[in-house]
Amino acid sequence: MSELLLKISGLNKSFFGVQVLRDVGFELTSGAVLGLVGENGSGKSTTMNILGGVLTRDSGRVELAGVDVAPSNSRDALALGIAFIHQELSLFPNLSVEENIFLDHFPRRMHGLPFIDRRALREQAKKALDLIDLQVAPATPVMRLPQGERQLVEIAKALTRQARLIIFDEPTTSLTARETERLFEIIGRLRAQGIAIIYISHILGDVLRLCDDIVVLRDGRVVGEGPRADFTIERLVTLMVGRSIDRLFPEREPAPGTNSAALSVRKVSQPGVVKDVSFDLRLGEMLGVSGLMGSGRSELARILFGLDPYSEGEIRVGEHTLSPLSPREAMDKGLAFLTEDRRGEGLMMEASIANNIVLPSLVERSSGFMHWLKPAALGQAARDVAERVRVNAKAIDRTAVRTLSGGNQQKVVIAKWLLRAPTIFILDEPTRGIDVGAKYEVYKIINQMVAGGAAILFISSEIEELIGMADRIMVMGRGEVRGFFERTNFDREAIMKAALWD
Amino acid sequence: MSRLDSRTLVLMLLRFAPLILFALLCLAFGALSDRFLSLANFRNILTQSTHVAVMAIGMTFVLLVRGVDLSVGSVMYLVAVVMGLYLSDVSLFVSIPAIMVIGAAFGAINAALITGLRIAPFIVTLATLFIGRGLALYLSETKMVFQSDTVQALGRASFFGVPWAIWIAIVVAAVAWITLTQTPYGRQIYAVGADPDSAGKAGIRVQAITFSVFCICSVCAAIGALISASQVGAASATFGYQEEFPVIAAAVLGGTSLFGGRGGVFGSIFGAVLVQTTSNGLVMLNANPYLYPLVNSVIIFIAAWVDGRRRLMTERIEQRKIRIEA
Repeated sequence: MSELLLKISGLNKSFFGVQVLRDVGFELTSGAVLGLVGENGSGKSTTMNILGGVLTRDSGRVELAGVDVAPSNSRDALALGIAFIHQELSLFPNLSVEENIFLDHFPRRMHGLPFIDRRALREQAKKALDLIDLQVAPATPVMRLPQGERQLVEIAKALTRQARLIIFDEPTTSLTARETERLFEIIGRLRAQGIAIIYISHILGDVLRLCDDIVVLRDGRVVGEGPRADFTIERLVTLMVGRSIDRLFPEREPAPGTNSAALSVRKVSQPGVVKDVSFDLRLGEMLGVSGLMGSGRSELARILFGLDPYSEGEIRVGEHTLSPLSPREAMDKGLAFLTEDRRGEGLMMEASIANNIVLPSLVERSSGFMHWLKPAALGQAARDVAERVRVNAKAIDRTAVRTLSGGNQQKVVIAKWLLRAPTIFILDEPTRGIDVGAKYEVYKIINQMVAGGAAILFISSEIEELIGMADRIMVMGRGEVRGFFERTNFDREAIMKAALWD
Repeated sequence: MSRLDSRTLVLMLLRFAPLILFALLCLAFGALSDRFLSLANFRNILTQSTHVAVMAIGMTFVLLVRGVDLSVGSVMYLVAVVMGLYLSDVSLFVSIPAIMVIGAAFGAINAALITGLRIAPFIVTLATLFIGRGLALYLSETKMVFQSDTVQALGRASFFGVPWAIWIAIVVAAVAWITLTQTPYGRQIYAVGADPDSAGKAGIRVQAITFSVFCICSVCAAIGALISASQVGAASATFGYQEEFPVIAAAVLGGTSLFGGRGGVFGSIFGAVLVQTTSNGLVMLNANPYLYPLVNSVIIFIAAWVDGRRRLMTERIEQRKIRIEA
């Protein structure tokens, strides 16, 4: 039963010259569960995407049951018996359970004819659902199922394709405790049937409980490997975090700091999103917000800026209570928001740098009640602020934002909000996807703002970045505040634990 | 939990909104005109709505994959002109397949521009709307084109007491229903409409499916042209003009979403009947003809509004939760 099923060796992969996987290798026997852990960006997803046919490798070998394989798309991978259950499920809510399971291999009425054999479909779907103990009618639309049951449908789908290896990527992030238990029970059953499983999760307690072997990745390298008995949560965290902090962050004088809160949030809740969030943000202070993906940090930012509603609690900006909040009102009160999705929400890609920069300030910088635009003054203002953040472009009124590098685009987003001289600046992942040099410049701009007396809410999934930059760090998990850390007792492992533990 | 229930209730209400609208219209017209609520009139409404129904069925395929086809009215006119000018001497067994091929070819041009050049369906079909009508006007020299006696006979003839137009609509509906619900291809159309990216990842050939639905839509428009031309007997320069509006309205009133992935054949037929009932009722009331477009636009507005609300509500229900409240 426990013959070697998967052997990965010497796997390398780089994106645009950045090496994200270095000589990754591990083995997996059938009927075993392998836990794969690591920080965001440590190479877990890249490795699994290569295995699942989403990405191609630069070099290295993947052997499945002794045969070299190189799936070039998810269909190939499935044909080889590798099923990948993504964090974002790929089910179609408008189709029924049975249709989702058999979408690309419907049983036919007659060979060669394009008619679905509904009876066979129902029977086969029922069989697949029985295997995982899911008691729903196969004809139920997926729309009606809760998240946990949808996950099980994905598993049933994998089983009907005779999967030998099932990869789970963060399967429990949207499951209740009971649904999680059920999932683990099913995984145990799959293991008993000889199916190999790779389980990726940030919840280390689950990994230790569920997995036979554990592989720890950091910076695209395997830094720890062995049976479960070799690991504790402490050891896993140390391995994941590992390195010491580089001198990557510009120095900043701690601001004298007034004691008046610029932004105070009291017991803000929204069902299903955040619960009882309270904190104060002072002028001249930088508050870091840490947490895993799906911890509610970006959702909190959207609530603060008035993009999403909240049902309970109070948000005060200076002397004003804001309720209900709209982005317009938030902007008028001095808030600015840099979204995590630069391309999707933050920029008009085809427009020029100057046009992007002046967009949020058009009304304020126009004249008269008709709001006539003053092109010359606007152009000058855009040039000034672009110079302040050092956007590298020759003619900011002619260069389309699309042509800029990621780092420069980010500077344009910051510049457009700087022009409004915000007193409270919410930054959601301001350095995501930009290179080290550009990061340093973005940090400097942020520090200048703080020195100028602005209050900054700095959301990031890189703990190092927050430790290097913030005055205080607030840790979030499952929509709740898990704790605060002062600059004097910043501790990577403590912060990580607070974020990881339920 | 009660919040969820009230949402489900509103969703149900939105779902039956067109049915409620239909009942209200029938009551209103019935009260205002004594000729409206008669069997003969309903038979009339059914016969008159067949060409819109057939075209709305084709439109349903396109809407299901998040597309739209504005060129159906022009296809209708082009086909009617070609049929009257060049196919008047051949039997229906030749002319009907011929017009379906013309429809398919027209649809293939739409589809090639949309899938090949990746231009938005709205823009492509807006362009081909003018191209199709322009071509047909060039062929007809803007003169009235009369249909052959065989075509006109088809418009008058019945089979088992039921007009041919209705038989044709029944056949089209049956084929479309089987395709959409009983074949892998049909189910994959729904998957593409729900989420094109996921559909691609699930191994579905998204481009091929998109291509095919535009062909199907234009073939249905050609069949609609046959029905309408056989009933009217001739095609003037305004034949099929702005026909895309009742067709799209019928599909959307029938519950097909403009956002893709939801809808079906029977809804579209019902929508077509609803649209026709309105026009018929207005005629019965001797309403000012200039009011027709206003009333129609109100109905289209209601259809689009219901669709938008429904999408918003389903999205809210679907939204990923971070916290799961016990």
